[in-house]
Amino acid sequence: MMKNAVEVRGLVVDRGRHRVLDGLDLDIAAGVVTGLLGPSGCGKSTLLRSVVGVQRTRGGVVSVLGEPAGSAPLRSRIGYVTQAASVYDDLTVTENLRFFARVLGCDQAEVTRAVAAVDLGSHADAVVGELSGGQRSRASLAVALLGSPDVLVLDEPTVGLDPVLRRDLWALFHDLADGGATVLVSSHVMDEAERCDRLLLMREGAILAHGTPAEIKQAAGTDDIESAFLGLVERAA
Amino acid sequence: MNPRVTLAVATRVLTQIRRDHRTLGMLLLLPCLLISLLWWMFEGLSPETFDRFGPALLAMFPFIVMFLVTSVTTLRERSSGTLERLLAMPMGKLDFLLGYAIAFGLVAAAQSVLAVAVSVGLLDLDVVGPVWLLGVVAVADAVLGTALGLLASAFARTEFQAVQFMPAVVLPQILLCGLFVPRFALPDVLETISDVLPLSYAVDAMQHLTRSASTGEVWQDLAVVAGFALACLALGAATLPRRTP
Repeated sequence: MMKNAVEVRGLVVDRGRHRVLDGLDLDIAAGVVTGLLGPSGCGKSTLLRSVVGVQRTRGGVVSVLGEPAGSAPLRSRIGYVTQAASVYDDLTVTENLRFFARVLGCDQAEVTRAVAAVDLGSHADAVVGELSGGQRSRASLAVALLGSPDVLVLDEPTVGLDPVLRRDLWALFHDLADGGATVLVSSHVMDEAERCDRLLLMREGAILAHGTPAEIKQAAGTDDIESAFLGLVERAA
Repeated sequence: MNPRVTLAVATRVLTQIRRDHRTLGMLLLLPCLLISLLWWMFEGLSPETFDRFGPALLAMFPFIVMFLVTSVTTLRERSSGTLERLLAMPMGKLDFLLGYAIAFGLVAAAQSVLAVAVSVGLLDLDVVGPVWLLGVVAVADAVLGTALGLLASAFARTEFQAVQFMPAVVLPQILLCGLFVPRFALPDVLETISDVLPLSYAVDAMQHLTRSASTGEVWQDLAVVAGFALACLALGAATLPRRTP
């Protein structure tokens, strides 16, 4: 089995006149849930977009499952949730999923499975525009689950969700990882750190720490990730 | 290119339009109302005046409406993130564009059937050539509007900008298409410009159909319109990058 699902070497990304990532190196282990944690604007989304292959990059190499990020063979193997709920507001949940399932060429039975996985069964026939923010982001997440992709790239999928639902979704991410998928989840909420197998702490375009939550806390000599984060920032200053 | 994906896009766009009753009503009824208004304006004048302007209007409606609708909806796809998601999936860029062209082409077909029926049936528009060909020209115009709209949306960052492309791209074509001043009577430079604008050929085809039973020239004009539409779609695909800044 492959050790790393994602390998990033010397990644440079400019957005506008601002350099967001400047020579980033990174490995993401296969088959586990990796959390990408950092404050808003630290470059999480840019990194995730680079992994999916929709970000224009300045330099460096990003490979996913041994292929260059964004290359055609990867397009059916990556499930991607953008920060905005990228579903059609004027279609129902089921209509949205049916459409994306047809694009992916996967079985329509997948639609029912994906709706159930995000617990939207009772809203399957509701028009997305009439759903709450959390329900919409779950509809968006359901699209990423279609066709059981090998790599899931999820940009803040749990923001604004009910704690019970958040717990269920994290359980779902671990189920997917147990099934062999690589799950990369970003969050700006530090208390989600404990739910990840591995963590990437990010600030101002750089990776501050990389490891299991226990390793990071131990190295920083703290009891929680938020303090570890602060400690790392102060040490770097 | 994958027909399954193209059809998926077309079906999805049609479902969206069907759900939006107000848009659907406007798409189908507005052309009929406007052409009736035109007929009424000319009531006191000689009937030939309506025969002169009517066909041009039949060519313009699908073109203008589809241009606007397409440029705004594609921009909405860009800003909502759905386009980014689709381009990260195994979807060809042409599948996306052709899907839109098919969906809006079908809407335009329905729109033109109604507008032509009202013009010919109720308002006594004189059509010497085959009436069904009028519909074919209208669909080609709609596909042209869709293709140009897709292309224009690539250069707009916001929906507000996209709407501004209407006076920039569409209005000059309306002014120079021969509706206000016959094309041969335009100053030389403007006549040459008019010769390279696709709407001129669409209006020529419509006007020809109302005056003559021969269809050879109509098919030539149609070929030009279709060629423009295909070129715009191809350019649109080229300006639709999978990677964005």
